[in-house]
Amino acid sequence: MSTQALDALPKAQSPFLTFMSRLLDNRSFVIGATLFLFVVLLAVFADVITPYEPNANNFRARLQPPSAEHWFGTDHFGRDILTRVIYGGRLSLTIGIAVVIFTGVFGTLIGAAAGYFRRLDNIIMRFMDALMAFPSILLAITVAATLGASVPNVILALGIATTPHTARIVRASVLVVREMEYVEAARALGAGHARILFRHILANSLAPLIVRLTYVFASVILAEAVLSYLGVGPPPPAPTFGGIIANGRDFMVEAPWVTLFPGLIILFTVLGLNLLGDGLRDVLDPRIKV
Amino acid sequence: MRNYLIRRIISVLPVLFFVSLLSFAVIWIIPGDPTAAFLDASATPEQVEALRDNLGLNKPPLLQVTEWYGQVLTGNLGQSILMRTPVLTAILERLPLTLTLAAMALVLAVLLGVAAGVFAATRRGTWADQTVMTLALLGLSVPDFWLGLLLIVVFAVQLGWFPSGGYVPFMQDPAAWLSSMVLPTLTLAVVQIGFIARMTRSAMLDVINQDFIRTAHAKGLSELYVVTRHGLPNAMMPILTVTGIIAGALLGSAVVVEQVFALPGVGRLIIGAILSRDYPLIQGGLLFLTLIYLLINLGVDLLYAAVDPRVRLE
Repeated sequence: MSTQALDALPKAQSPFLTFMSRLLDNRSFVIGATLFLFVVLLAVFADVITPYEPNANNFRARLQPPSAEHWFGTDHFGRDILTRVIYGGRLSLTIGIAVVIFTGVFGTLIGAAAGYFRRLDNIIMRFMDALMAFPSILLAITVAATLGASVPNVILALGIATTPHTARIVRASVLVVREMEYVEAARALGAGHARILFRHILANSLAPLIVRLTYVFASVILAEAVLSYLGVGPPPPAPTFGGIIANGRDFMVEAPWVTLFPGLIILFTVLGLNLLGDGLRDVLDPRIKV
Repeated sequence: MRNYLIRRIISVLPVLFFVSLLSFAVIWIIPGDPTAAFLDASATPEQVEALRDNLGLNKPPLLQVTEWYGQVLTGNLGQSILMRTPVLTAILERLPLTLTLAAMALVLAVLLGVAAGVFAATRRGTWADQTVMTLALLGLSVPDFWLGLLLIVVFAVQLGWFPSGGYVPFMQDPAAWLSSMVLPTLTLAVVQIGFIARMTRSAMLDVINQDFIRTAHAKGLSELYVVTRHGLPNAMMPILTVTGIIAGALLGSAVVVEQVFALPGVGRLIIGAILSRDYPLIQGGLLFLTLIYLLINLGVDLLYAAVDPRVRLE
């Protein structure tokens, strides 16, 4: 074929660009990404956005309703709710990212081991089933409460609670991909277990994992709020979504804004992540239609 | 069918073994001495020793585990340290409330969720579909404890329709009982309605495009008949799966909702036990809740086999 004939063919788009343009055509993804990005930007630029300190008491400004100075009002210590919510978002997002990494790494390792090494499968998955049999929020509360309330322990607790399901999802896709002909080809070429597993199998089982991790992020934001609400999250005065709501509970009637706004921001963040997950799932795995 | 039943029941046993081992291991996970949670610094070494003896901590681990299994298998879950009552009694007293709450929420969630999902699927792409699905997504993104607090402010404090918390036993006053259960049930159901609606819609969409549905329409059957008799039964499997998962999630959420509405259920009992480190109660409570969860899932699997003959032939 001459070069002229080649030029006449339509230019092949890079797979990455195709993927991105399909993502940007997906309405769920775009709305979700916008919502989530907004919350992320708030958290990142917290100290630029608000002039207040999250833990600065101001007893002359106790329980003030929303106003020009305090958009979301103040709590019973006179702390600015908007400031606390934004800093709380920073903490929640950090915990969310850490748990996503935790469950991504351990879920992948455990799931890959179970799916690839058939002899390990039964024992590993029965153990994961057992962990999954505990209602995950209860498992997280137990771990966080027994280890003591602190940020690393909350991450560990939620990581342990979310990993079995992640492992199950990775295992399921590894089971499918390991039977593919290109894996057999790699094995015939003399590739070792590690190379086959990481370069051939896992690289082709990523789609369900990415979708799962987005939903994990959403559920971790909710679960962290529950833990802090129950008093086993990061210890006060650290601003957390659940902690602010728990503080506002005693003033729900005279100062509903203390409870209302942090909940709305949680809803906003989780909604964004769920939409993001829906969009990613539509684009990455066209077989599942929702 | 019987073979399937037996195989499925046997497969629960190893899970049960791990679950019980994990419940027991709680006492080992804690850094430091478990007795420190119950005794202050002024406790004499004799008091510490007495408590360690009481908790069985002075025995070799293997013996501890064996004894724990011996007790559990005879229905003895030990003595609650703080309440000074047998763990089993404490749990059984509060279990009916938790199970009723979860069951009411599950029924509500399945009825509304399936209805919403079918409604949306049959109007795919219209504004009605989009509205229902947006509501479903909002439902599953809302923090349940926060929703509970809002419901209390609006329906208990402002409108005064329902009590803001607390519990009236059914036997004492059925009307007051129902009134005390409305808001917790609603709180618990909202998230799950969202899940079921989404799953139902997606399962229905898979079915609706198949040939036999077109045939049914071509025969001149009414839309309602086609959807309820041809469509829904074939979409039941994924809906059942999600219902099984939800039954487990409901047990977890019930723990939180009981806390918000001050309902004296198992969840509140376990949270109290966890926060005060009442180990026998934590172990017994966790074991009990997971046992219920496993039974529910076993039930769902058996339902599968009843609904779909392919499952039991596998």
